[in-house]
Amino acid sequence: MTVNSLPVRTDAPVRTSAPKTPRTGRRLLRIRAGRQHHAGPLAYVLLAVMAIVSIFPLYWTMVAASTDNTRVSQTPPPFLPGPNLFSNLARAWDEAAMGKAMINSLIVAGVIALSTVLFATLAGFAFAKLRFKGRNILLTLVIGTMMVPPQLGVVPLFMMMSELGWSQQLPAVIFPTLVSAVGVFFMRQYLSEALPDELVEAGRVDGAHSLRIFWSIVLPVARPAMAVLFMITFVHAWNDFFWPFVVLDMTNPTVPVALTQLSAGYVRDQSLIMAGALLGTLPLLAMFIVFGRQIVSGIMAGAVKG
Amino acid sequence: MATSTTNALAGEERSGPPTKTPDGETGRRRSALLHRLDLKGAPYAFVAPFFVVFAAFSFYPLVYTAWISLHHVELATLDSMQWVAFDNYVDLFKDSRFWNALQNTITIGVISTVPQLLMALGMAHLLNYRMRASLFFRVASLVPYATSVGAAALVFTMLFERDFGMINWVLGWVGIDPLDWEADKWPAQVAISTIVIWRWTGYNALLYLAAMQAIPAERYEAASLDGASRWKQFTHVTVPGIRSTVVFTIVLSTIGATQLFGEPLIFGQGPNGVTGGADNQYQTLGLLLYEEGWKNYQMGRAATVAWAMFLLLILVFAAQRLIRRLRPRTP
Repeated sequence: MTVNSLPVRTDAPVRTSAPKTPRTGRRLLRIRAGRQHHAGPLAYVLLAVMAIVSIFPLYWTMVAASTDNTRVSQTPPPFLPGPNLFSNLARAWDEAAMGKAMINSLIVAGVIALSTVLFATLAGFAFAKLRFKGRNILLTLVIGTMMVPPQLGVVPLFMMMSELGWSQQLPAVIFPTLVSAVGVFFMRQYLSEALPDELVEAGRVDGAHSLRIFWSIVLPVARPAMAVLFMITFVHAWNDFFWPFVVLDMTNPTVPVALTQLSAGYVRDQSLIMAGALLGTLPLLAMFIVFGRQIVSGIMAGAVKG
Repeated sequence: MATSTTNALAGEERSGPPTKTPDGETGRRRSALLHRLDLKGAPYAFVAPFFVVFAAFSFYPLVYTAWISLHHVELATLDSMQWVAFDNYVDLFKDSRFWNALQNTITIGVISTVPQLLMALGMAHLLNYRMRASLFFRVASLVPYATSVGAAALVFTMLFERDFGMINWVLGWVGIDPLDWEADKWPAQVAISTIVIWRWTGYNALLYLAAMQAIPAERYEAASLDGASRWKQFTHVTVPGIRSTVVFTIVLSTIGATQLFGEPLIFGQGPNGVTGGADNQYQTLGLLLYEEGWKNYQMGRAATVAWAMFLLLILVFAAQRLIRRLRPRTP
């Protein structure tokens, strides 16, 4: 579900002047406290159930990855971790090509996230603060492109890649996703509120050209939103499945592609499968533990309001 | 801070070009020209990368798909395209696998999207309370979103296992006989929908939460002055207040549902699962597309399936529009 990416506010008008009180960037991305009633005991119980349902499958992945095959297949199933976690992880790293897949995914997601952030900030700045003919039409076009599911073009895309000689290679996965409409819109929304017009005009008066204004005025202001966009794009690129599955093979896979290989054997080694699944999820999980607040606020800041 | 750096940079620049040119007059004119060029051209240069990449890797392939769908093309010989007009479409519409995949895509789409969005709404309402550990609950609800399709499908395959899976074990407590979640049609579709629901509910809930927080508090105050119960407030203030977000999530979930691929592929069988079970009991259009192109080597037919998916999407949105038009407006 690659289309199900970062949401954006599609109904906001194109603002030509700065808001009366320019808000600082960080505040725009901060979580606001709910202003409704206090939660009662029932709400806490329901929320706890929800948290358990969200976390349990991953916890159990860890449990299954830390035992052995016979223990996993018992009834009742195990609920507590066993002793084999690290040996299973090491096996998954070697046997299932997870090591190579992790490095590939790191490269793919890293490059895609960097380029998405760069191009989204450039375009977002232009749409938010620069005046040019056709701006509104082009912006509408950007939003319209979000409605095109990327899966529909796979056949020609595949032919294109084999013509370019990129089949089974990382550029085939990287190039089609170098930009994101959602990212452009997200940065536009952010910059039109966070970047005061006066700052851009001051730069112009001083004779700075557009690229210099971008580099020394826009980038510092955009930094918090860029960080959030980087993380969200990274998550999506890391988890993207359909196109990498089509164009890559098992000798050079990304993590989600390598995971399909794990379950392909006739004799299924459940602990190994779960170890692979855990390994492929760990980097994102670590990111969520460290930057959870920023990611949550980023997703919420981009949401359609009212 | 930013302003001071600019001044410094601009100052350094001002002492640059003019002193270098021997003729001050032409130099100034040239820099004025450059300035105008920069003002006019830079915005287009800034938005260009997006449009170039989109045109090359999204728009062009989409259009070219239509052209390919009118040809006979095999995976091994991609350069030789043989014109067959609408033969691929005729074959597709005569193929019972297509109608089966279409039906599965629609049923899984409904079973996964409707409960997902309803649960997200409830979850957002809970998260909107003033409470302790709100950040923990929000991050926890996003954990499934951080899990890739592959990992999620593999775990749920084990949880739904017929003989030792945890879900059959729990169902056993309440006296339900073990279900064969993979081999039987409806259990399989429910299991696959469960994976989708698990991955996306929390994410949608956060979108709703953001919209709920933008509803002015006065609306709730006015409603409670009118004696509206909590439930009435929810249905009359909260839900209308987040309408556009709801529409947005419906659109995105619908697009996602028509494209469903990874979950049914990995559920049970791994890379050989493109048939969607032994009897195609959960083969979606996405899987059929892949099977035609990369298992049967018929790229022309794969392109035809892609266009059928696109058509389905357009039809669904047209129907949605129509329903909204026909429905009497509530005051």
